Amino acid sequence: MEKFFQLFVAAIALGGIYALIALGFVVVYKATGTFNFAQGGFVLLGAYLVYQFGDDWSLPFFVALILAMVVMAGVAAGIERVVIRPMINGPPFTIVLITLGVLLIIEQAVRTLWSEPAYVLTTPWGNGVTEVAGVSIRHVDMWTVGFATLVLGGFFAIFRFTTIGIAMRATAFDQEAAAAQGIKVGRSFSISWAIAGAVAVVAGAMLTSRTGSVLTPGLSFIALRAFPAMIIGGLDSPGGAVAGGVVIGVVEVMALGYLDFDWIGSGFEVVLAYVLMIIVLLWRPNGLFGTRAVQRV
Amino acid sequence: MKLLPDKLTRMMFGLAVLIFLVTPLVLDDDFWMTVLANAGAFAVASIGLSILTGFTGQVSLGHAALLTIGGYTVGYFGADHGWPMWAWMLAAILIGALVGVAIGPFALRLKGNYLVVVTLALVFITGYVVENWTSVTGGFDGKSVNSASLAIGPVDFGELHIFGRDFSREQGIFYLCWIMVALTALVGRNIIRTRPGRAMRAVRDRDVAAEVIGVSNARYKIAAFAISSAMAGLGGALYAISLRFISPSNPAAELFLSIRFVAIIIVGGLGTIYGAVIGALLLGPLPELVQEFAGLFDFTIPIVDRPLVGDSPADNGIFSAASFSEILFGVLLVVFLIFAPEGIAGMIRRLRRRLAGRSNVDPDNVSDN
Repeated sequence: MEKFFQLFVAAIALGGIYALIALGFVVVYKATGTFNFAQGGFVLLGAYLVYQFGDDWSLPFFVALILAMVVMAGVAAGIERVVIRPMINGPPFTIVLITLGVLLIIEQAVRTLWSEPAYVLTTPWGNGVTEVAGVSIRHVDMWTVGFATLVLGGFFAIFRFTTIGIAMRATAFDQEAAAAQGIKVGRSFSISWAIAGAVAVVAGAMLTSRTGSVLTPGLSFIALRAFPAMIIGGLDSPGGAVAGGVVIGVVEVMALGYLDFDWIGSGFEVVLAYVLMIIVLLWRPNGLFGTRAVQRV
Repeated sequence: MKLLPDKLTRMMFGLAVLIFLVTPLVLDDDFWMTVLANAGAFAVASIGLSILTGFTGQVSLGHAALLTIGGYTVGYFGADHGWPMWAWMLAAILIGALVGVAIGPFALRLKGNYLVVVTLALVFITGYVVENWTSVTGGFDGKSVNSASLAIGPVDFGELHIFGRDFSREQGIFYLCWIMVALTALVGRNIIRTRPGRAMRAVRDRDVAAEVIGVSNARYKIAAFAISSAMAGLGGALYAISLRFISPSNPAAELFLSIRFVAIIIVGGLGTIYGAVIGALLLGPLPELVQEFAGLFDFTIPIVDRPLVGDSPADNGIFSAASFSEILFGVLLVVFLIFAPEGIAGMIRRLRRRLAGRSNVDPDNVSDN
């Protein structure tokens, strides 16, 4: 039982990170119908920006974080405006591939701008650990849960209670009707991408911090592990993204902790996430909370 | 529809055959032979992906995983167990087809983006199996494929000896790969221009309507996956033969390879067989080409005072050669998708239509080959 509690906080923390990444995907998908592979690139670039502002330019960590979120939001919105917006009326397949291309470009740009193979991201909590009732909890995990809750909560508050949020929901629901009501559809698109960029920064920073604070270009690959999260949750359900993220985070950490048989080998927890995703999809082809697609014939 | 419907196609085909036969004799460089052989292996796999995505409309990001499977098949059966070439080739094709049949049913249940992510799952699962099934795959260390037999009947592609002339292993493999390209293209073309091809196009364009008029989605989607996976398996086996080695790569690299294949069929031209081959010729060797010609990009950018592409880290180039080729892929993909979504084959098609004008080429019959 002790082991369970030991893993629990870490599980929720990783779940929170995946929830953030998945939310970034889902917000863009819900608002624009685009499956944005470049989200992994946003996570990567976001983390490097935090390093740049925090370590290289020696700004206090939280300032660096906020600044990186702002910059990343701008970059993401910019990419949307320049590369995605012109293609919004084309086949969805095309846009997905364009986001793949953008992902490649972002990855290489990061490698070029920050040419060392790895950097150390300093955080206020470092490697601190606290003992509570015989269970050691890492500070980074606690901060992750805190941040994730804050950001997710903030997002849902905006989505639910502000005019902008209503505008975005209206655009996602029916673009034409929203436009007819005077809602600026283009602005909704840009804002959704900006949100995706901003949450990616937090996810990237916390992800780096929890894996030894070593920042490498391989971070964008970790975003791939969040895919099962948003698929399980349903591509157009922000709540589903959070639920899916937490589920995948818990599954990964628990699998890593409990399933250590010899024959299992390494990397099983990632495969398990994908296998779980496949099982859920067979049962609910649109994810647990996604809207059931009604096909016009 | 005829295999080579018009005079121009026949001429181009004849020219291609001639170039193929003559190239190793003229180009006496083993490095380039290997590059072209690899392009051939990629072409085989690309034809498969073209059938799956271009003709049947199923997007797959798992293609790289199928090549890996093919590579390990030849490593295990060809190198470890010394099977003759026809045997390991058949094994690569069959195992590929089996995997395809396993994925196919997902396409029946899932649409669009959900299907794409499931194909991505294939990459992760394959990566995991490859790293951990060490008895078959050799785990992290990989596996040498050098000893796999390249002989069929009296002809040994590893040591070709024709008309008193010795061919190197690289040249022999070049011939082998491109003969397989020809065979695969033949099979592909025959599928496409006959009834199954029309059925697949129907599934691509309006799958529900197709089902209604009697085109079984189940049969053709699964068949498309099976065929494309079989071709990918073969392509992977050929690639492994050319590299003489197969080792696991991380899922991110595999994803990039899958994206490369998608880029190949898009740049080449979605919905054609020869487009896939052209795409493979152009984009397949791109990383090697960039590496070779990094010197060309060696001009120094004035403000930054560093060369654009560095041959080695010591050069302090803005991009490394590997980095530059990846960016080039990304840029090419985006540019082609925005400005020329029909690819090179599409451009050729439009050119022919414009030239057709008054000649006796029937423009409507030229499309969708």
